[in-house]
Amino acid sequence: MSLKSKHLLGLEDKTKGEILEILDTAKSFRKILDRPVRKVPTLRGITVANLFFEASTRTRTSFELAEKRLSSEVVNFSASTSSLSKGESLRDTVENIEAMQVDIVVMRHSAPGAPHFLSKRIKAAVVNAGDGTHEHPTQGLLDLYTIREYFPKLEGLKVVIVGDIKHSRVARSDIWGLNKLGADVALCGPPTLIPLGIEKMGVKVYHDLDKAIKGANVLYLLRLQLERQKGGFIPSLREYTQLFGINSEKLKLLSDDYIVMHPGPMNRGVEITQEVADCDRAVILRQVTNGVAVRMAVLYLSASLIRPLEK
Amino acid sequence: MATSKIMIKGGRVVDPTQGIDRVTNLYISGKKVEKIGGKTSKGYKVIEADGLYVMPGLVDMHTHLREPGREDKETVISGANAAVAGGFTSIACMANTQPPIDNAEVVKYVIEKAGKAACHVYPVAAVSKGMEGNELTEMGDILKAGAVAFSDDGVPVKNGELLRNALEYLKMFGVPVLLHEEDMSLSHDGVMNEGPVATLLGLTGIPSVSETSMIARDLVIAEYIGGKVHFCHLSAADSARLVKDARARGVKVTCEVTPHHLVLSDDIVKEMEYDTNTKVNPPVRSRDDRKALQKALISGTIDCIATDHAPHAPEDKDKEYNYAPFGMTGLETAVGVVFTELVNPKKLTVKEFVTRASVNPAKILQIPGGTLKPGSAADVTVIDPGKEWVVKTAAFKSKSNNSPFIGNKLKGKVILTIVDGFVKYSEL
Repeated sequence: MSLKSKHLLGLEDKTKGEILEILDTAKSFRKILDRPVRKVPTLRGITVANLFFEASTRTRTSFELAEKRLSSEVVNFSASTSSLSKGESLRDTVENIEAMQVDIVVMRHSAPGAPHFLSKRIKAAVVNAGDGTHEHPTQGLLDLYTIREYFPKLEGLKVVIVGDIKHSRVARSDIWGLNKLGADVALCGPPTLIPLGIEKMGVKVYHDLDKAIKGANVLYLLRLQLERQKGGFIPSLREYTQLFGINSEKLKLLSDDYIVMHPGPMNRGVEITQEVADCDRAVILRQVTNGVAVRMAVLYLSASLIRPLEK
Repeated sequence: MATSKIMIKGGRVVDPTQGIDRVTNLYISGKKVEKIGGKTSKGYKVIEADGLYVMPGLVDMHTHLREPGREDKETVISGANAAVAGGFTSIACMANTQPPIDNAEVVKYVIEKAGKAACHVYPVAAVSKGMEGNELTEMGDILKAGAVAFSDDGVPVKNGELLRNALEYLKMFGVPVLLHEEDMSLSHDGVMNEGPVATLLGLTGIPSVSETSMIARDLVIAEYIGGKVHFCHLSAADSARLVKDARARGVKVTCEVTPHHLVLSDDIVKEMEYDTNTKVNPPVRSRDDRKALQKALISGTIDCIATDHAPHAPEDKDKEYNYAPFGMTGLETAVGVVFTELVNPKKLTVKEFVTRASVNPAKILQIPGGTLKPGSAADVTVIDPGKEWVVKTAAFKSKSNNSPFIGNKLKGKVILTIVDGFVKYSEL
């Protein structure tokens, strides 16, 4: 079995079977990461371009590590969106990449749909590393991978995502992935940060934190950015913390069997206390390690649709 | 191609201004309609119109020609060519050119260009100098130069007092203000309709209240002043409801809807995977809004169909969704789209179509046209309701190709357009 498309634009387009295949493939790469020599020749001769039009440290590093551990050739292109006047050069950038004959393009961009734009114009496989507030599929996949390490069966698992859903590409990818794998997903945040019609994705929406997280197995916290206060979405970070911050007391409301997740970077003291961030049940760094394996799997599966590879 | 005497033979002639809807012959002599009915063909160039609809030339009260300033996107000439290919014999062009049509000189410039155009072109001038929303333009002088109405379309008249003054001042002249209604603080940086589809796509939404709140404000201002307001491109169900209620109270209000708002919903942005040809302001909204707009058009709450033809250069549209400009072309697809979705399925009668696409816009702008009464200008549109065709960029007379309907199969096509007795477009 293989994936239907060499592109990974979002988890919305992927079937349950395809998601499971990526996760299972990631499992074998994850083992490599625990070996003394963490490198395999799988993608030798494959060229990957990392295009980061938006600042990113962890996602870019994670992709780069994944690419290098698979022995692909890596080129990096970063540009802050501000230096490009409103993305006008994307079309030209695209044509340049095409001319350089790369096989896979990993792109982070602030505009939703930018990877779709790219995928229609180049022959290379496109991997979405986050497009505005649309999707962040590899984050969604690494979250699923991490959850499955603790809860092998996702059917009926209670997952609650707390925070700024409106501006979160992570939340959207997680919702698609979790729903396809049968989990029960609930969202919680102030109404100003819950986008209109999100219920249609098959989630429950809460504004009362205690009710939302009661009995949950997975508590997924999103970063609350300071800009949301300036944008008028919340009165203050202080009030947000009072209403939606997670401390050790809140953890008592969860199921006995639970994990705490966060896509990073954390705002310690805002959405999560120091104590919770560093507790045994917090699997936040585990997510980061798994991210490399998941990205290796994504790159491997995309590349295998471009040319035959040895495994 | 010119001819002094034309007989359009055996078509279904539909002219609501004379209560005519029957198969008969239309006679044109020189620049005027001579008569409807009669048998002789002697001395006339005969155009067979068996099975075709013959109607007063269509009037589009809302187009954007990009001259002066962006002649690469559209000129008065190319826009008029697109208009006649789409069955329009008269078009009103909006003021948001570069520089804007905000004084008599620019009005004269456009009218001079229009002298050689394929159809009648009537400039709409800006409400405020520079379209900046501060001071009124020299409205008397501008009207004398030949403009037919005022609009800052493209942007709203944000300042309530300015609108009040415009409506009050224009009482002297009896012409309407055409309003693009949008509370920019509510649309903020939105790029499509706010709702579940925008949420899925991660695109920032423009809520319908950004339109309805301004319509509500301006209806009560118009009511208070007793001025004439016309709302451009209604996009939301509630906008139509507000207009209906105000009209019942006696407010002098008219309004229009575009073909794209009548047939598309925000699902199209997802179906076409962020295709920027779907990006338009106001955005196409929910299926319920679309349905309500169709109903309002049929019932007459909405007076006109207008295209809001907004040509854009390919390099401007070939961008990420967030960065592409708003707007779609419409002159050459309007009839096909409205016939396919409304007239052919018998939701909108042919008579109602002619009323909304010809009679009413001519009446609102107080321009000639919109009738086939003997002695009136020989502006005639002939439509083949059964002709199937595929929208192709190569066929566009417009300089721009930014249509969401490219590749669509439509049923119903303009096959003959006569302006002032001259055949300006023909597929016969």
